[in-house]
Amino acid sequence: MSLLTCKQFLQELNDYLDPSIDPETKRHLESHVSACPNCFVVVDTTMKTLKVYKGMEPQEVPEDLKNRLWAAVERKMAAKKKKVQT
Amino acid sequence: MSTTPTTFDEAALVAKSQAGDGAAFSELVNRYQNKIYRLAKHITQNDEDAEDVLQEAFLKAYEHLDGFQGNSKFYTWIVRIAVNEALMKLRKRRGDRTVPLDEPLDTGEETVKREIAVWEDNPEQQYSQEEMRGILDEAVQSLKPDFRTVFVLRDIEELSTEETAETLGISVPAVKSRLLRARLALREKLTRKFKRKGEDVFANL
Repeated sequence: MSLLTCKQFLQELNDYLDPSIDPETKRHLESHVSACPNCFVVVDTTMKTLKVYKGMEPQEVPEDLKNRLWAAVERKMAAKKKKVQT
Repeated sequence: MSTTPTTFDEAALVAKSQAGDGAAFSELVNRYQNKIYRLAKHITQNDEDAEDVLQEAFLKAYEHLDGFQGNSKFYTWIVRIAVNEALMKLRKRRGDRTVPLDEPLDTGEETVKREIAVWEDNPEQQYSQEEMRGILDEAVQSLKPDFRTVFVLRDIEELSTEETAETLGISVPAVKSRLLRARLALREKLTRKFKRKGEDVFANL
């Protein structure tokens, strides 16, 4: 297989970052990364980008909003019960 | 006891909820409300809409609980409901302009000549959690809705490519190309924030 250009490599970046990629494709893409400092940095910083997003816990829903949500659910539950009874 | 939630106890909670156990449904709400709210905020970018989406998602889930088959995870199911609600809000706000479905992937030379710089070690330790959240949210918000939505579903909510395609009603190749664009755009934005100072050595290569 011929060597990839940066443009070709970047189009395959998602595959490269996908853990389920087949070993042969991985090796082919790897040969570009190991020879290209720019793409090496892009890979590294893209992986870090994904890591910071995945590591971010969601913020708690504000208490008053939680209460309004639960009140709405309870109204729905009561309505459903009533429907079942009649 | 603080074990991680498993698919098994989620299924048990759903079964109990279907049998009319309000406490079990309350547990499902507690478990997922933060993530659904985050998702709603990311897509709608509007607090009021996000609250509506949060409520509608759980109300619809409750209403259609009997129809939930259990062949997908409850979480994936409610994410799908929430995304649909959020997209409706978004379209409404944008004055009903329809979202173009399959935009071609543009990876021209501009993609290659982007900001290339190594990051500071552990940037997450240099900012408070609040500051970090602000930086990450702002970057996501700068993406166009089509790209933002795919990124949020794939990389934040961790849906599979196929689940994302199904949820958004777009093709698998469209999910892949939008995800690539979104990831590269975010990488670039975060690089501007997190790059190691005075060491932009690769920029001119």
